[in-house]
Amino acid sequence: MIKPLIQYFLALALAPLFSGVINRVKAFFAGRRGVPVFQLYFDLYKLVHKTPVYSRTTTWLFRAGPVAGLAAMLCALAFLPFGGRPAFLSFEGDLILLAYLLGLARFATVLAALDTGSSFEGMGASREVQFAVFAEPAFFLALAALARGGGGLSLAGIFTNLTPSAWFTASPVLILVTGSLFLVFLAENSRVPVDDPNTHLELTMIHEVMVLDHSGPDLAFIFYGAALKLWVFGSLIACVILPRHSGSWLVDAGAFILAMSAIAALVGVVESVMGRLRLLKVPYLLMTALTFSILALIFQAGR
Amino acid sequence: MLLAVVSVGVLIVSAVFSFCLGRNPLKASAAGAAGAVLASLIGLVPTIKTLISPAKESFSLPCSLPIGSFTLALDPLSAVFLFPVFILTAASAVYGLDYLKPLAGKKPLGTAWASFNLLSAAMVLVLLSADAVPFLMGWEAMAAASFVLVVFEHEKPQVRKAGLIYLVAGGCGALFLLFMFALLSPSSGSLVFSSLARPAGAAASAAFMCAVLGFGLKAGFIPLHIWLPEAHPAAPSHVSAVMSGVMIKMGVYGLLRVLAILGAPPSWWGGLLIAVGAVSAAAGVLFAMAQHDLKRLLAWSSIENIGIITMGIGLGLLGRALSNPSLAALGYGGALLHVVNHAFFKGLLFMSAGSVLHSAGTAELEALGGLLKKMPFTAFFFFFGSAAACALPPLNGFTGEFLIYLGAFKNSGAAEPAAFPALIAIASLAATGALACAAFAKAGGSVFLGEPRSNRFEKLHDAGPLMKASMALLAALCAALGLCSPLLLRPLAGAVTPLSVPFPLLDAGANMLYVSAGALALIALAVCAWAFRSALSRGRAPARGVTWDCGYAAPTARMQYGASAFTQPLTDFFQPLLRKARAYPAITEYFPGAASFSTEARAVFYNHLYAPVGAQLKRLAFRYTWLQHGQLQLYLLYIVIALMALLVWKL
Repeated sequence: MIKPLIQYFLALALAPLFSGVINRVKAFFAGRRGVPVFQLYFDLYKLVHKTPVYSRTTTWLFRAGPVAGLAAMLCALAFLPFGGRPAFLSFEGDLILLAYLLGLARFATVLAALDTGSSFEGMGASREVQFAVFAEPAFFLALAALARGGGGLSLAGIFTNLTPSAWFTASPVLILVTGSLFLVFLAENSRVPVDDPNTHLELTMIHEVMVLDHSGPDLAFIFYGAALKLWVFGSLIACVILPRHSGSWLVDAGAFILAMSAIAALVGVVESVMGRLRLLKVPYLLMTALTFSILALIFQAGR
Repeated sequence: MLLAVVSVGVLIVSAVFSFCLGRNPLKASAAGAAGAVLASLIGLVPTIKTLISPAKESFSLPCSLPIGSFTLALDPLSAVFLFPVFILTAASAVYGLDYLKPLAGKKPLGTAWASFNLLSAAMVLVLLSADAVPFLMGWEAMAAASFVLVVFEHEKPQVRKAGLIYLVAGGCGALFLLFMFALLSPSSGSLVFSSLARPAGAAASAAFMCAVLGFGLKAGFIPLHIWLPEAHPAAPSHVSAVMSGVMIKMGVYGLLRVLAILGAPPSWWGGLLIAVGAVSAAAGVLFAMAQHDLKRLLAWSSIENIGIITMGIGLGLLGRALSNPSLAALGYGGALLHVVNHAFFKGLLFMSAGSVLHSAGTAELEALGGLLKKMPFTAFFFFFGSAAACALPPLNGFTGEFLIYLGAFKNSGAAEPAAFPALIAIASLAATGALACAAFAKAGGSVFLGEPRSNRFEKLHDAGPLMKASMALLAALCAALGLCSPLLLRPLAGAVTPLSVPFPLLDAGANMLYVSAGALALIALAVCAWAFRSALSRGRAPARGVTWDCGYAAPTARMQYGASAFTQPLTDFFQPLLRKARAYPAITEYFPGAASFSTEARAVFYNHLYAPVGAQLKRLAFRYTWLQHGQLQLYLLYIVIALMALLVWKL
């Protein structure tokens, strides 16, 4: 019982680190020194001590949005395996609840954005819900492909069942699932090529533009929620590519955190070597993810 | 059981009273509403008793019917449907008192209340019937009473059109049902459900298809749905709540009842229903997203939810066909749970949409905006219902879908025949969930959030006290059903027993316990986060400002993102299916003058499927107009000749 709790708080503590890793990798590629790895922690500390500014257009919904979003992410973490080890609320079907908790966070953010009455934020919200329509089926079918490998319907069960030998016998399936999850990861976390977190033009943003009017603690909640979301999707991928369970909790946890850092570094590389797609092309990218998932299912069925 | 019959009696008597009191609208309303509430309270007693301790009670009225008998029965399957019928009837009646008050003296309220109570009585009769004849009587009475309510505002041409389409759809559905019962009835001629049996050979599949078509017309399976998005918004909002919340479920109930009679299905029945459900769910929500009228959007969303329920039934049938009890249990259980859940959240949504319509006089999404500040209660209830409709935890919409997902996921890993339909169900549910979020964010966002798009809505009032009370009741039920889902499994296990082999639905109890635990954890975390947030800003008044507008000097409310703009990326992507009409001027000059933009969601299935077929039929029919000459005496002769021909054929 104590280990799942340690895992939970470790996730809470480490999640903001990976956006720092991404930024460092991007700085390395650009030949800059870059912001400190712990910058997000400093930002969060600074933001919670600020007094928020609220638009006169907004209502209670605007303030409830970040709270609901963060609560949903915190709740989702309670179901998320840590390095393939069960979380304290793991159960048969937790992957469904996890996906819908992410949906709740999205719905809360979108409504809070619309509450400002700003056309920029409306634009961001509109794009967010649009991309979700393509990302959700890809995500669910990727999980179904994994679940077909055995191990039941809990994420922990699936990942415990995933042994290194699976990478020899079912490598096409796992490669496709990893690819699909990675594309969904990029879209859901508003990374290049779907969205550019560093863009400075409201017209072209997605996630950033939805939170333009949030400030102070609200913005801190949103940043922290985004860091947790990065952790959620990243750890799903990390669990697929790192199926080794050594038996020692420390070794597993260490390897898992290394894998997470590697994924964050990969995101940094992707962001450095390519530009973002035109918004109209994003659905096609997510269609690719969906295709990967379906192909993975077909290969899995053929095994 | 007797109490359930009494509640039908109370509904009919109060309907007669309010019709006779029609001269005095206030008294007529009071009689109608009091009757509906009283009948619901009476009816809920045996319903809840049956749900808690599953048992079947029968009752026969000592009067004979031509070719049938007045046999009624209350079993857990009926009770699962009766529960929302009674609750929604009572809540809508209370809501309707406030809602219809401004119309007193302008509209025949006595007739409206009489039809409302008759509609409820007919639904209860359908659910209690254990014989095809009272079943069909209730079925037709339901269609007739709801028709009167649909054409309540018959001075509007589109309402008359909706009424006509509704009437035709109801008639066609009943024809299929007659044919189905003819196929099911044994040679003895008794139409009691217990004596109906599966016909031999292909006739069983024919009966199944008749059931799908007949009941699907009532439930609104795509492409049999065309009446639904026309008729539901046309009725007064409390009636829309009943129609969308429970009346269309009568189709689901009928289908389940007939499936219980038909017994062991071939697996393609399940596949067919999963396909129909997947299409109805995905296309239903897609069209919902494209609508511009709040009530119409909700009506389309009902089609979506019927699709989800149908997928559940399909998974149940498939499980039955493949002797896979867990799939059957989860599929049927999820479908039934969603029936109850949808009744409550859709009732809530229609009532809050009704409050908007009542107060602002329009439910046009593009015209409204910023209503949250004027109507805080209505807005809260709408967002509450939206979250449930998007199947977001911790509310009730999630639980039913969770069971269906669970069934589908369990079988996506099974052997081949079950895996493919299960994957279709998963993909459809996933896409539907995301699209529902888009549709409800659009609806709620453009009506309640931001700034008012017009100054017509300066003096809006929130919903009346009775309207608020009804909405609060339904919202509380949505929350309660979401948090107490493990307790609902026992009644569901009782309700699905007649449908297939007995099976352990209670196995899902552990999963549901965790879902409830997750929901409670979510609420606790939200409370903690809120408390933390309040503690952070204690003693510091937040600053007020304007919404970030890029420093633009003269922002207006009309510059907000509108409802069409919000969903434009998605509607454009699905334009081949949605076929929205759009008109905008091409800009040719450097300084374009006044411009206009219009977009319209069209009835694609009506325009491209039914209208051409109807036109052909009409052309064909015109050739035989000489048969239809207006001479009543000769029409009687036709009937006599037809009867004689039948006699000769049968002898």
